[in-house]
Amino acid sequence: MTGPLLEVRGLVKHFPVRGTLVGRSAVVHALDGVDLAVAPGELVAIVGESGSGKTTLARCILGLTAPTGGEILFHGADVTHLRGAARREFRRRVQPIFQDPYASLDPRWPIARTIREPLDAFGIGRPAERDARVAALLDRVGLTGRFADRRPHELSGGQRQRVGIAAALALEPELIVADEPVSALDVSVQAQILNLLAALQRDLGLALVLITHNLAVVEHICDRAAVLYLGRLAEVGPIDELFVDPEHPYTQALMAAIPYPDPERRVTAARIQGEIPSPIHPPAGCRFHPRCPVAIERCRTDVPELTVFGPRHRAACHVARARADSALASAVGAALVSTPTSH
Amino acid sequence: MTTSSIQPASGRAAEDADEVLVLDRVGVEFRVEDDRISAVTDVSLRIVQGEIFGLVGESGCGKSTLALAIMGLLPSTATVTGRIAFQGRDLIGLGEKEFRALRGDRMSMVFQDPLTSLDPTYGIGDQVAETIRAHRDVGRPAARERALELLREVGISAAEQRYDEPPHRFSGGMRQRVVVATALANEPTLLIADEPTTALDVTIQAQIIELIRALRLRHRTTVVLITHDLGVIAQVCDRVGVMYAGQLVEIAPVAQIFAAPRHPYTQALIAALPTSGQARGSLRVIEGQVPELSAPPAGCRFSPRCPVRREECDRVPPLAIAAPGHAIACWNDPATRAMAETTGMASEVTE
Repeated sequence: MTGPLLEVRGLVKHFPVRGTLVGRSAVVHALDGVDLAVAPGELVAIVGESGSGKTTLARCILGLTAPTGGEILFHGADVTHLRGAARREFRRRVQPIFQDPYASLDPRWPIARTIREPLDAFGIGRPAERDARVAALLDRVGLTGRFADRRPHELSGGQRQRVGIAAALALEPELIVADEPVSALDVSVQAQILNLLAALQRDLGLALVLITHNLAVVEHICDRAAVLYLGRLAEVGPIDELFVDPEHPYTQALMAAIPYPDPERRVTAARIQGEIPSPIHPPAGCRFHPRCPVAIERCRTDVPELTVFGPRHRAACHVARARADSALASAVGAALVSTPTSH
Repeated sequence: MTTSSIQPASGRAAEDADEVLVLDRVGVEFRVEDDRISAVTDVSLRIVQGEIFGLVGESGCGKSTLALAIMGLLPSTATVTGRIAFQGRDLIGLGEKEFRALRGDRMSMVFQDPLTSLDPTYGIGDQVAETIRAHRDVGRPAARERALELLREVGISAAEQRYDEPPHRFSGGMRQRVVVATALANEPTLLIADEPTTALDVTIQAQIIELIRALRLRHRTTVVLITHDLGVIAQVCDRVGVMYAGQLVEIAPVAQIFAAPRHPYTQALIAALPTSGQARGSLRVIEGQVPELSAPPAGCRFSPRCPVRREECDRVPPLAIAAPGHAIACWNDPATRAMAETTGMASEVTE
């Protein structure tokens, strides 16, 4: 087992905001101590609702915004505050895919030029070979050569997303960070892009960090997921455990709210009321406690630590931990009672 | 659900008193410069009192255009043909003044972005109250009381304290509740909701879905829910109509749409949904592109992408009853073929 490709440790990101009514400055607590590890070739989702900090986490990983605290390791080396050539090299190995490829494609350029641009910028291959490489990339994402001369506005949303993926692949990254890559797409086009992402992972061994609010997509394509709530990690674990037997009450509420396309599996009652509070004044203790249906006194004051619930499965919840502890205690007790002396 | 409520309204069948909305061969065409865009063509369906009818399809399928046609909200570049009857009253050709009397009263609409329906400059409570006073002869205090009642019903907590707060002080989910309260102000018979939960987070979406279900139970409001999200359809609808490139291809009770879809497009759409059971990377894809509606294919508009295309597909397939409550427009289906024979299209079909 090799070490993780990417490791995020205690990541903190605060944004100052000014211009409040009383003229005092305030701070948005976008991320407050988030840990996450991604293995080579692994598909990891970051899920959470608006304001959970998932996009900020993605931007920190991509080096698009500097964290306030904590560190980011890539192949075990600290890449949190890289500069110059080292930063450039890191950015080559970690590539983004965005929700709206339109915004990341130059409208004046034929798409072949957009895809070739990073090859030129990084001096990859001999100039004469680059056109062939662009053609191979277009082919890889399922666009035939006749698309090479088209401009973004001549393409459909799905085709543009393929171009965005080809551009991300140009520099042969090891990790792709995709922020809502299929959210703007219709179901049938979404299926094409999901199949493509799965094929890239399978054929090229790419690791993928997928940021999305679409839990059905996560369940279908990812190995693990991290659930963020108001800047903190609520739970992280393998998909089958998170979706079938989540430990954190927020994860439970999130999973119970999934509108499955199955009339036999209707969401019966909303588990949680209210909405995510402002990240400017996050609640003390567990940030989920004001909406939590099972909160106890302790949750108002003490920040819950991440506790191990299984291999690679951790959750930050006082109630879940107490439940696990008492289950463990009774199991140990039962074992002591039933252990025969003639062992 | 009676089968008569499913009957495509192509004939002049007697109308059921329970039928709130009847569409008969409805078409919508837009003139854009020299082009004519055929956004909706030949759509017939009947929606009965108290049902939640889902209209589903991908971008450009005409579902929102159809809703705007019903509400009389299409721009002057659009031409609506066929017949749209609301509680027995023909809507096509109705003047703007008459439409305005209907909208917000007997029928109302909720859009995806609540901010398009709310005035940013004044309190949410007054916006609800104003909708009441626009259609009912009630004084301010009575309208205020009723508005408060509605805000409480849709789940705005501390409605009294928040009555005068402008929309921007509310979150997206709360704003959408205010819009729903406004839409319900005069207890409409018909509520059309166009992607009402698309912009909302999943837990908030679950709350709004629950609200729509509760409203139907409490008031027997007839709801037409328009969405691209088959998950939302499965969660809340009784019956579903599937649209593709302006054509209505299938209508069925919600259980059948998911368990036994009959139209090749519906089948492809359901198979394209990501699920945990399906191997990663093996989702069904639909080859090709949605056609340009300025020059749509003749006949079935899905036929150029259809895996089971046949010769007849160049002619428009009639929507026919294939099973109780289940109608389909596809030449591969015996029901469509039988329907064509009885209506005299047979000679063309079998030549």
